[in-house]
Amino acid sequence: MSASAEATVLITHEVGLHARPSVKFTKLAKSFTAEVEVAVAANGPWFDAKSIVKVMAAKAPKGTLLHIRARGDGASEAVGALVDLVQRDFDEDRDHARSA
Amino acid sequence: MRIEGIPASAGYAEGPLFDLDRPPAAYRCKATAAEEKAALKAAIARAVSRLTSLAEPADADAAGILEFHIAMLEDDALGGPAFVSIDSGQPADAAWRAALDAEIAGYEASDQDYFRARAADLRDIRDQVLRALSEDGGIDAPAGAILYGMDIAPTRFLETDWSRGGGIALKAGSSASHVAMLARSRGVPMVVGLGVFGDDPTGVALLDAEHGDIVLSPSPADVEAFRESSSSFAARQGKAQTFLTQPAATKAGTPVRVQVNIAYPSDVGGIDIASCDGVGLMRTEFLFGKALPDEETQFHAYRKVLEWAGDKPVTIRTVDAGGDKPVPGFTVEETNPFLGLRGIRLSLARRDIFRVQIRALLRAAVHGNLKVMFPMIATTEEYSQAATLFAEEQAALATRGVAHKLPPLGIMVEVPSVAIAPEAFANVAFFSIGSNDLTQYVMAAARDNAAVANLNSVRHPAVLRLIASVAAFGQQHGIPVSLCGDAGGDPAAIPALLEAGLRDLSVAPAQLAMAKAAIADVSV
Repeated sequence: MSASAEATVLITHEVGLHARPSVKFTKLAKSFTAEVEVAVAANGPWFDAKSIVKVMAAKAPKGTLLHIRARGDGASEAVGALVDLVQRDFDEDRDHARSA
Repeated sequence: MRIEGIPASAGYAEGPLFDLDRPPAAYRCKATAAEEKAALKAAIARAVSRLTSLAEPADADAAGILEFHIAMLEDDALGGPAFVSIDSGQPADAAWRAALDAEIAGYEASDQDYFRARAADLRDIRDQVLRALSEDGGIDAPAGAILYGMDIAPTRFLETDWSRGGGIALKAGSSASHVAMLARSRGVPMVVGLGVFGDDPTGVALLDAEHGDIVLSPSPADVEAFRESSSSFAARQGKAQTFLTQPAATKAGTPVRVQVNIAYPSDVGGIDIASCDGVGLMRTEFLFGKALPDEETQFHAYRKVLEWAGDKPVTIRTVDAGGDKPVPGFTVEETNPFLGLRGIRLSLARRDIFRVQIRALLRAAVHGNLKVMFPMIATTEEYSQAATLFAEEQAALATRGVAHKLPPLGIMVEVPSVAIAPEAFANVAFFSIGSNDLTQYVMAAARDNAAVANLNSVRHPAVLRLIASVAAFGQQHGIPVSLCGDAGGDPAAIPALLEAGLRDLSVAPAQLAMAKAAIADVSV
């Protein structure tokens, strides 16, 4: 059975999808078996959401509309969990005061 | 010889210089591509295990950085191009260096400070593996040394034993780097932007990271003066901590309000609201970094800070773009931007953008004790026009039935016309003196020009006289007057500001304790 899901989410964290958030983002992506990709524009290019090198290279600052899509087992759960993480500002406020 | 730089973490260090840019030992090439690949793989694994051992005892900030380095190294995408190059005949070290240099160049090209600063992390990652490849254990800096070089790797910072003093002096570097952040949280003195200095300086140097300079080959007189400043700094710091949680008052018992300046909503995470009297200046330029922010984004940012502050006042300044703070798609190119279309002038010229901010502020006002101020006001017309826009947007929100509240509207006093003739502004809710701009306009010395930095002193009698006259006018007419420039947190300027009649200062959060301590020393 092959499922697919797609969503967009606004990055509201101060300095964007940066070092620590990228670690959390890719770790969470890797916890799903589905193939997960991200892009900073609707028409791509799409990056492997499980690769921190690729995710960091997207250099998505605050205010970026992040596109997330997944294919395979648990695709919609994966997209939902990642959107949720971005909306929670990567839980960064709890961990850390200021990084910009 | 004294070299001027930019302070990145305050403090003093006297010690031997240690060159960070010493080249690593040479790598010995292997016979086959397969062996080269195995060597690179093993070196990456060694680098990861070394980082893991550093991460264990580290604090949360440091562990976060190391975890990022480990995640990058464990990602096959990082070394992928290097393994391809090895297949086409390159030795492991050159292949790895080329692959990482390409990645680093990508970060250096970013137009975002934050991502540009990550180039230093990538260089660190590159050198970790190169060191592991050449089996170069690296030479430790002697205890108490001043580490100098182009830039410093975060792992180098974490490996260094700072318990016996020492500091960091960088020719390039950035106060936004991970290391600068770590240095501030650990109290390690650090100066950046020193430029290239001499060939291989050696011997003892004096690093003054409170003011941002380093003295090479110091004379006995230099050393004596340095030690005096250093012990005075240590004494001030030690004493200051005891003041942090107390309300500020002078030696004579006169209470002084001390608020904080914040630039990002996330700043409040590191501040105890009980240690200050509110937010004297919340900048809103951060919202205008890349693209123009929509109403919701602004509303949430303002609301977050208002809720954090509870019933204490939060003074939000409408966007102060222009001058040295250009915003693409908003500000205009000018030959003399400090005297051009900036602050309220720009907001009134781009009312579509200004109205969005006004709506967000009116809506956020119901969530706390909001005050709003306009930057760069020069005439009463500007104030009335801005106030009229607030009234119009308020009426529109009322018609739509949206929750809102009209906050008190005040002005920044930074254009000399206002400071000289404040009587035209008897109807504003409050004055906030922007001492940085007021000083640069009174002294005709651009604040971003190091060549005229000596002219830019808030303690010049002309500037102090204007501050005193604004404070006196406010007192006569019951208009609160505060000051939110850098001078408010400068212990050297605080006595003069209080003598000029000010009783309300807003300072950077890191200066809160020192400012309160300095206030307690004044006898007004």
